[in-house]
Amino acid sequence: MDTDLILRVYPFFIEAAWVTIQLSILTTILGLTCGALGAAARMSRSWILRAIGATYVSIFRGTPALIQLFILYFGGPQIGIQLDAFEAGVIGLGVNIGAYMAETMRGAIESVDKGQREAARTLGMSRGQAMRKVILPQAMRLMIRPLGVNINALIKGTALVAAISVVELTYTAQRYIGSTYKPFEMFMLAGILYMIIIYVVGVVIAWLDRKARIT
Amino acid sequence: MGLDFSVVPSYFGLLLQGMGLTIAITTGAGILSFFGGIVFAVAALYAPMIIRLPMRGFAFLFMGTPLLLQLFLIYFGLIQFGIDLPAFVAGVIGLGLHFAVYNSELIQASILAVDKGQYEGARTLGLSRSQTLRRIIIPQAVRAVIPPMGNNMIALLKDSALVSVIGVMELTLAAQQAISRTYRPFEFYLAVAFCYYIINLALEAGLRHVERRIKASR
Repeated sequence: MDTDLILRVYPFFIEAAWVTIQLSILTTILGLTCGALGAAARMSRSWILRAIGATYVSIFRGTPALIQLFILYFGGPQIGIQLDAFEAGVIGLGVNIGAYMAETMRGAIESVDKGQREAARTLGMSRGQAMRKVILPQAMRLMIRPLGVNINALIKGTALVAAISVVELTYTAQRYIGSTYKPFEMFMLAGILYMIIIYVVGVVIAWLDRKARIT
Repeated sequence: MGLDFSVVPSYFGLLLQGMGLTIAITTGAGILSFFGGIVFAVAALYAPMIIRLPMRGFAFLFMGTPLLLQLFLIYFGLIQFGIDLPAFVAGVIGLGLHFAVYNSELIQASILAVDKGQYEGARTLGLSRSQTLRRIIIPQAVRAVIPPMGNNMIALLKDSALVSVIGVMELTLAAQQAISRTYRPFEFYLAVAFCYYIINLALEAGLRHVERRIKASR
């Protein structure tokens, strides 16, 4: 273990960790948006929307995220989509995790007791009102923890954008291995930073989950 | 530059070879993750503290860092310690261990959920502790988590694309090679996505079949 080397390079890794955090936050926002739209489409009354939602979920969950990123970043210019690596990373990962989040949200909404909906409808609420005022508030609580699992996977998934050369943690580790020939130290350093990020996010999600349960 | 899918068929052989290797890696890593998961779960629950503590650190490491980083660590990092694995072996070990840790979490919970009476009954019938574990508890525990382990298998198939970055000539790298000759990324990556999708559908159908058989045998 070369500790001098680690002390010398760690500021660059901290900088890279910041890029990983930015990627994670933007991807989470996009993923939640796509997930909500996907879940709404899958539970819609229109069969066209249902088919679109089901196709979205099936295709993006059925193929590797890495390939989706490559199609967007390397193949995009062929169909007139020019994105820089960071943008392609956020969009590619966000749309991908959105498909998983859509299923998480749908699962939570469907696990709210049927009687709740029936009662709301009997009380004269419209379909939309019952969803907004009765079902969703209960489903939100149920989805915090499983969405946390999705976000955890997403943070680790941001390592993939190293393959389209976004300078985040994994890419930085690779770059320093090129100049130092110390793969073990560099990957351990990156690994520790990932674990810190994931640990902190895990604590936040557990806190949100607890809060949602009390109220 | 428009799209021209007519270049894809001439690389059909290359992609097919890549598909074979993708299936081989997924199968190898799948088997490793299944048995590794059982071993890890038993060790995490019943082994002495000296084994259990490092195991927990190991699990924490594997669940808290990206798979890509773990593959790099196994393939490039171990060379520093004089262990030079071929890329294919490193890929199978990396993917296998990664998913073994996830499977182990499932199996641990499942072992603890097996009815206590099963254990007591087996011991009363004269089975030793390890016999009880091997013949009574683990078969029931593993059977109960086949569906979620199946989901891990599907995730493993998709994550096998990552071993392209350590130079295993599977589907993704085969596509990259075809692209470097034709400069047609969109066409080839789409073709490869389609291949993964087909393998995925086949795997899902296979898992559904297994699940049905398990239900029927109960």
